[in-house]
Amino acid sequence: MQAFSMSVSAWYVLLLPLFSAATIILFTRRAGGVSSIVSVGAAIIGFLFSCAIFASPNTSALELTWIDIRPYLEVPLGFILDDLSKTMLVLVTGVGALIHIYSLGYMRDDAGKARFFAGLSLFMFSMIGIVLANNFVMMFVFWELVGVSSYLLIGHWFERDSAADAAKKAFLTNRVGDFGFMLGILMVWAATGTVVFSEIAGKMSAITSHPGYLTATALLVFCGAVGKSAQFPLHVWLPDAMEGPTPISALIHAATMVAAGVYMLVRVGFLIQASPQALLVIAWIGTITAVIAGLMATQQNDIKRILAYSTLSQLGYMIMAVGLASGEAAMFHLFTHAFFKALLFLGAGSIIVMLHHEQNIWKMGGLAGKLRLTFVTFLIGTLALIGCPPFSGFFSKDAIIGLAYEKNGFIFALALFTAFLTAFYMGRLVLVVFFGNARSENAAQGKESPWVMTGPLLVLAVPAALAGFGFFASRFLPLPHAGEENNVVRFLPTAVMLGGVALAFFLYRNRESDPLDLALFRRRFYIDELYRWLIDATQERLAAIAAFVDRWIVDAGGVGGASGATWGVGSLLRLFQVGNLQAYAFLFGLGLIGIIYFTVFQ
Amino acid sequence: MATLGDYLIVSGLLFTIGFAGVLLRRNIIIIFMSLELMLNAANLSLVAFSRFRVGADGLPNYNAQVFVFFIITVAAAEVAVGLAIIVALYRARQTTHVEDISSLKF
Repeated sequence: MQAFSMSVSAWYVLLLPLFSAATIILFTRRAGGVSSIVSVGAAIIGFLFSCAIFASPNTSALELTWIDIRPYLEVPLGFILDDLSKTMLVLVTGVGALIHIYSLGYMRDDAGKARFFAGLSLFMFSMIGIVLANNFVMMFVFWELVGVSSYLLIGHWFERDSAADAAKKAFLTNRVGDFGFMLGILMVWAATGTVVFSEIAGKMSAITSHPGYLTATALLVFCGAVGKSAQFPLHVWLPDAMEGPTPISALIHAATMVAAGVYMLVRVGFLIQASPQALLVIAWIGTITAVIAGLMATQQNDIKRILAYSTLSQLGYMIMAVGLASGEAAMFHLFTHAFFKALLFLGAGSIIVMLHHEQNIWKMGGLAGKLRLTFVTFLIGTLALIGCPPFSGFFSKDAIIGLAYEKNGFIFALALFTAFLTAFYMGRLVLVVFFGNARSENAAQGKESPWVMTGPLLVLAVPAALAGFGFFASRFLPLPHAGEENNVVRFLPTAVMLGGVALAFFLYRNRESDPLDLALFRRRFYIDELYRWLIDATQERLAAIAAFVDRWIVDAGGVGGASGATWGVGSLLRLFQVGNLQAYAFLFGLGLIGIIYFTVFQ
Repeated sequence: MATLGDYLIVSGLLFTIGFAGVLLRRNIIIIFMSLELMLNAANLSLVAFSRFRVGADGLPNYNAQVFVFFIITVAAAEVAVGLAIIVALYRARQTTHVEDISSLKF
């Protein structure tokens, strides 16, 4: 029984997907069917183990030491098994397993199926690593691994230029955030001498005694979350990441990877919350992200992009909650969001596949009758997302908005505005996709997806609907306390939600094309163009200088110079040996004169 | 009366002329002649030293003059061998122009 004891089972959960990925890459690369079974099996077994870990009161696990240069640095490979990580583990493995099953149907006819499932398993390994890591360095390693998995999976259909570019963009943008994250980790280590979370919490006084240092450290660590959770200004990669297959969008870019940033911030909440300035910055960045993402979503025409911007917006809410010093509210929203966003993405995938990979909402329409199950589950997901009582999103979003009301009036107003926008664009989406007349051949012929795809939809719909209720959620998370608010404020979020839906209804009922044409939102505030210009102005110039130095100074001067000098001296010396007898005699005579001079006269 | 120095200067001049000839003339036989000139310049200086270094008994030191005989003999032998080589070279290369004989193999 020792092999299955609780302290080792966490290692099983972590390493099982890694072995699955290794098996697929090494052995079953050609056999797509076998690879998918291996991967799905690993995911389901991992979920079962996670449930067992969740149920047991054990909080310690076997710990190994990776780097040991005491007294400077000690990096263990250990797990942290408190309520937060156990809940997150169940969430990640559960949603992951469902998406694995869904992918069996979605990727059935794909040529790169084995590669896909290997990437999926690698991702599960990395994400579980982030959830369970008990120190900064280990978390950073898995953080980067998640970025790599995301790169591989976004670029799954790499023959498409747009997919390859999107994968690169995601990885590079992440990297920018990770640079700040690494600096933050180094600053924490420099001040406290340790990277293990529990030890840092004990040594916080070393940092808090220097408020400027503390704020800088907190903000740098936040940079990692800005990159990973796609906050402004590093949000540009998430919409492009929709080039990947839909199960990936559901798993990575809705439920888990992007939530890793929020999870990390809650994990080091003791560090973040010690600095009020950092908290303010974090809250505002979250708010700004939520607002601009909501605005940009109102004008998108690709179903996955709308959901991507919606994800950005909800992540903004979570980061806002972190900035308002309530990790519980952020985690609650993360929890409910994972379910309903994954549900929405999987539903979108079901629609896309059944309409032969059509993604433009203006080519859909009237699908409510044809894809009944997808419609019902999608509707449940939408109602949860826009915060309609009594679905799960209502509770978690209300908690955040209520928090904003207590702490900061501006943020409260903007949060309400974003809720209005959320209801508006989701109403637009549902009306255009499911109601009205079919706007294309594909839409007219749509039919319901097979059970392997609708099954996970049904399973996810249950927590999307119910996870908000106290009796269910409190088993998993500490719920944010409900502050005292006046009655008007309690109903405001619901009121703006209804307002948004009403506006969408009014504008988008029975339309053939979009009546609104707001270029600023559709072109995503021209931020991509700004970044392109920025890169051209700096990096292109630096690259040109480097090219010049390389071509003219190193190649022509250094290498050319050395070889040219050798060649020149050689051709000079060559003249001494032309076979001319008299020349030899001349040199002989010169040498003789020299010898006479030096022996007789010196 | 000429002094030792004068004879030595002449000998030096002869040597220089011979050396210049070795360096600058193009025909191999002329080079040989210049070589002989150099040898004879050495002979001259030897004889001059012998004549002017008078010994304790009033007679010159004849060792140098005997040495001159050796040099003449050696020069003759060398010329014999050298001319044989030149003949062989002429038969091989059909030229006595020294600049044409600058490589070991055609």
